[in-house]
Amino acid sequence: MTDQIKTVGVCGAAGTMGAGIAIVSARAGFRTLCFDMAEEGLTKARGQSEGFFAKSVERGKMSPEDQDAALSNLSATTKLEDLAACDLVIEAVFEDLTVKQNLLGQLDGICPPHTLFASNTSTLSITQIAAGCERQDKVVGMHFCLPAQLMKLIEMSPGLNTSEESFQAAWAWTEAAGQMPVKTQDKPGFILNALLVPFNNDAIRAVEAGVASPADIDTAIKQGLGYKMGPLELIDLIGLDTQVRLCEAFYPITHDPRAATPPLLSRMVAAGHLGRKVGRGFYSYDGNAMFGG
Amino acid sequence: MHMNYAIIMHGESRSFPEDEAFLQGAAPEADITIHLGGGADADLTKTAVLVELTTECLGVYTGEDAGTEGSNMLGFARYRNGDDAPSDLIELVRQPASDEAAIEAARAVFEAAGFQVVVCADQQGRIIDRLVRPKYNDALRFLDEGLAAAADIDLTCRHGLGYADGPIERVERGGLVHHYEVSQRLFETYGGPGFAPARRAHVAKQRSDRDG
Repeated sequence: MTDQIKTVGVCGAAGTMGAGIAIVSARAGFRTLCFDMAEEGLTKARGQSEGFFAKSVERGKMSPEDQDAALSNLSATTKLEDLAACDLVIEAVFEDLTVKQNLLGQLDGICPPHTLFASNTSTLSITQIAAGCERQDKVVGMHFCLPAQLMKLIEMSPGLNTSEESFQAAWAWTEAAGQMPVKTQDKPGFILNALLVPFNNDAIRAVEAGVASPADIDTAIKQGLGYKMGPLELIDLIGLDTQVRLCEAFYPITHDPRAATPPLLSRMVAAGHLGRKVGRGFYSYDGNAMFGG
Repeated sequence: MHMNYAIIMHGESRSFPEDEAFLQGAAPEADITIHLGGGADADLTKTAVLVELTTECLGVYTGEDAGTEGSNMLGFARYRNGDDAPSDLIELVRQPASDEAAIEAARAVFEAAGFQVVVCADQQGRIIDRLVRPKYNDALRFLDEGLAAAADIDLTCRHGLGYADGPIERVERGGLVHHYEVSQRLFETYGGPGFAPARRAHVAKQRSDRDG
């Protein structure tokens, strides 16, 4: 089945993650069909991809010939029916179970029987997402790390009904695409978010408990543990509202008190302190420069 | 800025286990006194009295007074992952009414010696252990539950999160018995389930006790 994957569809390709996944696929030589609802978003994503490849050439990471080939592999559509040509469809749409189930249900009627479906979900159950379509044996979890075009790691998870053949074919595709797959069970947050969401919440609770300032907490974690970013810097980067959504996805499933939204986080989101994107979160920002805790 | 400091050894130091430059740079007498190895003597004539901490709080040495405690006596620990070599991070522990001049003097002493200093309240686990011990317990539990192989958990954290090392390799390198002791102290203090030592830490502790 691995050799049969020639054409890859990416749903949600106007988004940051979807656009990155499309770059990974096209760069590895697969015909890549980018699907999203709005033409404008796809046009913008195309421009960003061209910019990314141009920089790759500038930095000597890619030849001009490979750049041309990768760009020629990329095409876009706003018609879901066009994904009928795909051997593998990777969805990176809004993180909502019903949305993802409905998408796979629609794709089920469009794509040929051999087409594999992969979900880039970071928190939802692959088994539950797969329940939205008839070909549950051909649905796998394929969670890319952000930014997908730079990060090699992919968490690969089979659902309860995923066949070994499908899982191996999807695994082989990630390797052919130059990525680094790791196998995890279909559990909330897989490895990355299962460790990261409660850890980040603990850092917020430490601020609230007066243990230390955000700057001192981040410095301690970076200097003491060798992490590239402190937890509060990271939350500011991903957005405090995103952290709330992650908590809301996790806590009802895990009932882990560390996954529950910390009260300080709720207050900060209510106050509009959403992080870097608004210039204020655990730190204040002037342009791109962090100037205080 | 060079700051004179004197060192009083009470026992083996986890922060400065070797005969390193910081120890050699001490003066016989100074206005800043650093107590290493589990002991301390109050001395209000000094600018700062610094007490090396392990898993205990500074209040054990100073006493506490309804949130008004604080003096020229501060706690500190050089962060160290169990048996790993000490890091260059100093967690400086203050109380609500700690003398600000003492804090600045302590910071200056350590920074002059090349350490990075962060200031934290006198709470169990300070900053790092309070945050990472639940994560290590989670990782050990994930291993038991078959979420992924140990190598894959570590690989995921290194490549997906940019960590220098993975949680399983790190906690095992530092020692599961050490992890048990730090986690258990946090669990006894705060009671949160994330602090409860993971099964593998219990096993390591029981084996250690059995072997004497």
